Amino acid sequence: MTVPSHSVPALRSEFGSAIGRHFVSSDQTVVFIERDRSHDVLAWLKDVPGQEFNYLTDVTAVDYRDPERPLEVVYQLRSLGRREDLRVKVALDKRGPLELRSVYDLWHGADWLEREVYDMFGVTFVGHPDLRRILMWETYAEGYPLRKDFPLRGHFSRAEQTRQALAANPEAHYSLEELSIADEYAELPKDMQERLGRGERGFLK
Amino acid sequence: MTLRTVEMALATPGVDAEGHPTRVPLGVSDGDGYREDLGAEHMLVNIGPQHPATHGVLRLVLELEGETVRRCIPHVGYLHSGFEKLGEYRQYNQIIPLTDRTDYLSPMANNVALALAVEKLMGLELTERCKVLRVIACEMSRIISHLVWLGTTGIDLGAFTPFLWSFQERERIYNLQEAWTGARLTTSLTRVGGLMADVPDGWEAGLREFTQTFPKTLTEVDTMFTRNAIWIGRTQGVGALTAEEAINLSLSGPMLRASGVDYDVRKDRPYLDYETYDFDVPIGEHGDIYDRYRTRMEEMWQSNRILEQALDRLARLKGAPINVSDPRVVLPPKSRAMSDMEAMIFHFKQVMEGVKPPVGEVYLGVENPKGELGYYIVSDGTSKPVRWRIRPPSFINLASLPTMCEGALLSDVIAINASVDIVMGEVDR
Repeated sequence: MTVPSHSVPALRSEFGSAIGRHFVSSDQTVVFIERDRSHDVLAWLKDVPGQEFNYLTDVTAVDYRDPERPLEVVYQLRSLGRREDLRVKVALDKRGPLELRSVYDLWHGADWLEREVYDMFGVTFVGHPDLRRILMWETYAEGYPLRKDFPLRGHFSRAEQTRQALAANPEAHYSLEELSIADEYAELPKDMQERLGRGERGFLK
Repeated sequence: MTLRTVEMALATPGVDAEGHPTRVPLGVSDGDGYREDLGAEHMLVNIGPQHPATHGVLRLVLELEGETVRRCIPHVGYLHSGFEKLGEYRQYNQIIPLTDRTDYLSPMANNVALALAVEKLMGLELTERCKVLRVIACEMSRIISHLVWLGTTGIDLGAFTPFLWSFQERERIYNLQEAWTGARLTTSLTRVGGLMADVPDGWEAGLREFTQTFPKTLTEVDTMFTRNAIWIGRTQGVGALTAEEAINLSLSGPMLRASGVDYDVRKDRPYLDYETYDFDVPIGEHGDIYDRYRTRMEEMWQSNRILEQALDRLARLKGAPINVSDPRVVLPPKSRAMSDMEAMIFHFKQVMEGVKPPVGEVYLGVENPKGELGYYIVSDGTSKPVRWRIRPPSFINLASLPTMCEGALLSDVIAINASVDIVMGEVDR
């Protein structure tokens, strides 16, 4: 079966030029949408009768080996009622800002998934309530590991990585936000208060 | 130096300058404001990353008001190994050992999922015997994974005996796993187009014996837990999520079904001919820990049913091939590779270059014990993937923890976290 999902013509008649090319691979429909209207299109797909893609299976990104090719943010949508899937992609030109509207307000499940894409690819999701690194630590300075220009062993030398790991201060592993919960902050040693006050978190440089 | 010690002693509440404990006031008068302070103060509590109740290197920072959790901030990533990045530097068959190490409580199910994804990308049609053996692998994994969940959750809530029972049963499956693959944990069972090996002679009898005696243990655990007042008190109504919340949070597997959403990949997107097996999918009603427990217990019964049916089919397919007869993906037999020119060329290309799927991409989700495990593979026609994405069920299920913990008691956090059934190897990848 190589017929695309019926959602594609519906999308085209509703959004016109905001819908890019589409193709079918392994019986699965993939459709590209414009970056600026991505949130509108995804909200439409979620709510409109006949589409009802109410379940966000996954959010991820793909960086191709060809450096000229844009980075793609991939949404795997699913309609639990109709038992149908749709893959929606947004292409982001790597020369421009890697920015995109967050879909956290549509699906709360996007919370950690978008944080992971931010952590691994450096895509900023505008409107995400808590966009921080998730798998790497907050002061990780080597870049975005799943980009193709990131070497397998990282940008820093092994010696530098070891030095940074050994200089890690476990007490500084609370973020300022967490410390503000209690008056723990006032009880910290003065030098640590200063460091945290400067916005330093996690590992020491 | 001495002065500093005295200062420290003074700063310690409840200790006077000589280091003797001061009397703790028994009552609090209304005038001194002590009670006000106590009520207003929110406490910061850190659990983990090295804590037995976090089931791995998970760290939770909790904001407490008295004993009630106001906010829960999970920290993950301590076990991050970069499997997805590593996979981009490996041939498809070399990725299979990486999948062992993600969800290491059900390695065989992960192996099957990866092989299925690559086969779907290549459009390969599997042999009957291979499908049946893979179903057996998946259901064995489901049972051992749920048994670990059952035992450790029981320990978290103060019940030690079921832990011993469940680990005893798990040991029997591990022995079968070892007899089949040679490894207990890092099984690497599948290859693209088939399996690493067929089961050894007489192996089926061992599994048949397991399926006949395992229900006894399940019944014992059932008597121990299902109507137990302490268990019910600790689990019913705790960490409850409605169906809408569960869908909105992208939960999958037993977590989703306990909230009353009827979605099981085996039923709704059948793979490996699951539609031809006779089994039921348990659906919960309240979405609390108790329903998750009931869902997983029932899934073990159903897995046992599937195993019995698969064993019957396996007996009918005795001696049938386990690999597809496609020289592009499967190594020719050694005897032919050493005597036949063409077979030798295929052998060489297989070993040196590996499997080459066509240009394209595929997302394949399978029903793993923890939830829907999805592999999203983008291929550019070479023998290594451009992108190999793991949709990790326990990562996405764990993201619902702050929602579930809000307003719960501190002791409930332990129970709620246990009910998610996480494996940190998969959360952090």
